[in-house]
Amino acid sequence: MGFLTYLINGLSLGSVYAIIALGYTMVYGIAKMLNFAHGDVIMIGAYVTFIGMSSSGIPAVPAIVISIIVCTALGMLIEKVAYSPLRKATNLAVLITAIGVSYFLQNIALLLFGSNPVSFTSVVKWQGLSLAGGQLKITGNAIVTIISCLIIMVCLMWFVKHTKPGQAMRAVSEDRDAATLMGINVNATISLTFAIGSGLAAVAGALLCSSYPSLTPYTGSMPGIKAFTAAVFGGIGSIPGALLGGLLLGIIEILAKAYISSQLADAIVFAVLIIVLLVKPTGILGKQIKEKV
Amino acid sequence: MKKKLLSLALVSAMTASLFVGCGDAAKSADGNDQATEEAAGELTWKIGGIGPTTGGAAQYGTGVMNAIQIAVDEVNADGGINGYQIAFNFQDDEADAQKSVNAYNTLKDWGMQILEGTVTSGACTAVSAETYNDRIFQITPSASSTDVTTGHDNSFQICFSDPNQGTVSADYIADNGLAAKIGIIYDSSDTYSSGVYQNFATETQAKGLEIVATEAFTSDSKTDFTTQLQKCKDAGAELLFLPFYYTEAAIVLTQANQMDYAPIFFGVDGLDGILSVENFDVSLAEGVYLLTPFAADAEDEATQSFVSKYEEQFGGIPNQFAADAYDGVYIIKEAIESANLTPEASNEEICEALISAIQSVNYNGLTGENMTWNAAGEVSKDPKAVVIQNGAYVSVQ
Repeated sequence: MGFLTYLINGLSLGSVYAIIALGYTMVYGIAKMLNFAHGDVIMIGAYVTFIGMSSSGIPAVPAIVISIIVCTALGMLIEKVAYSPLRKATNLAVLITAIGVSYFLQNIALLLFGSNPVSFTSVVKWQGLSLAGGQLKITGNAIVTIISCLIIMVCLMWFVKHTKPGQAMRAVSEDRDAATLMGINVNATISLTFAIGSGLAAVAGALLCSSYPSLTPYTGSMPGIKAFTAAVFGGIGSIPGALLGGLLLGIIEILAKAYISSQLADAIVFAVLIIVLLVKPTGILGKQIKEKV
Repeated sequence: MKKKLLSLALVSAMTASLFVGCGDAAKSADGNDQATEEAAGELTWKIGGIGPTTGGAAQYGTGVMNAIQIAVDEVNADGGINGYQIAFNFQDDEADAQKSVNAYNTLKDWGMQILEGTVTSGACTAVSAETYNDRIFQITPSASSTDVTTGHDNSFQICFSDPNQGTVSADYIADNGLAAKIGIIYDSSDTYSSGVYQNFATETQAKGLEIVATEAFTSDSKTDFTTQLQKCKDAGAELLFLPFYYTEAAIVLTQANQMDYAPIFFGVDGLDGILSVENFDVSLAEGVYLLTPFAADAEDEATQSFVSKYEEQFGGIPNQFAADAYDGVYIIKEAIESANLTPEASNEEICEALISAIQSVNYNGLTGENMTWNAAGEVSKDPKAVVIQNGAYVSVQ
């Protein structure tokens, strides 16, 4: 029974990582940049949901919808102001800008909300299931998180495969210059990618803080880095890779804590990552892309 | 246009900083006025204090400043120390090490003989290096790091040192028979938390308590405690020892509640503040024990009189740091009396005399009974614990 509990906790944690990892992997796949500010968009999203629910007293679902709208706008704004002027600049310049945006968002949040932690009220009111005579308890948060993750993943795969904007995304990802020649608006496509990624960040923020209910301006940074790891683990640029990477990372982390040592859990997670990357440098589902000179 | 905007912004920023400066200056000028007024008489004891009265830790410093003032007024009304009145001067350091040393230099120019401070550990470590060189006796109400006292024979603490809290917690649990099977969750990336944990583990063994689970987390993974809680639950821990800060403790309590795990929770002074976490469901903290040297609701006469005086003069309920500071003045008084000193003595004479005198002091104060000090500067006193009931601290015997 213990093992099942740990597995479900791992799946729940992994699902949050997976949703965040999607944001990293889509932006990387299409704009070829690492958006390190993604974790902080999650934090902003969580604050918007929190304020909506506790201060304005609106129910969870509308609060999350508002948060999605705010984050989508924020993501597009960041892209327009900070990244779009650097489209032709070196990768390093964009990377440093992303780190700058990340600190900017953290400090704005510090100014607006202060550094004191707030206790996040779960968006899931359901207490969850109690199976096998109370031996196995699955929290409502875990169930909702896992199901949301799967729904988001299926919708996104369908969107990328079967819609016009989705096809444009894949085209830009494969060859930006050729896509421009074929009449695809690259800037709009990249903007759309940021919008989707940031909208998902709002959902991730609400789910993350429901399960782990403490919200500070630094809440997003560590899950952001873990999710980035998950994206690399699964193969950065690949949507199923983000799901697989996120879930595996969550499960390994929880099982390592449970059966090996809670002191060493993080070391074990990253050791596994190193081994995977040694064997398969592009990640589990990553594709080998030949550099054309 | 852009340049204009920028210059406007700069000008307004500079003006704002001017005003900030004004506020500070006005405040410290007030403090000085008070001090000189008192010092205007004959020969006095010059006791200085340093702590943050502005900035993020302002409530700690302000509490200490107010409490020392109350104690000084009481002692002066009672005839002073060895017949001499006390002059008290408190300087703001914003909990910053550099500003703290500046504040210390200001006090030295004023003629300070004894320092009660500083309030925060980081600043105190810097200042205690200075007082050690200048041979000025120093006693801190609240800086709990061992760095403050290590290698400085002139520095003493009124609060428990960090590792010491582990030992007294274990003693408290064993002596009061709270539980036999203990689970521990601690932050292995934090010196405070691991220091408390190690001493706690050693002492529990000596006391014959059984530790059934020892789990850790790090600053990189301090949001998910479900696994650690599950392991403690499976191991049958009746009491969970939580030597870390209230931010993480609020998550632990919420997650434990979600998984229907309700052991006794026991924390140290880092848990102080859990009731004021915004939007935290205070009912989850019901029955949580925490080791704090002071509970404002205590029935004894000394506490009642201190709390009512504090409320009357400054408003609000004093915290543990204020209580430590109040005790500090009386501890200095007792040490001076037992050393039979007068203010004519040089700073060095006072310092050397007090270093040996304080080690023979046995003081009963607001923050503990039978307080004694060893040569390392650490206090030994009976621990006091409070339990949270109906959203407030209630002392337990």
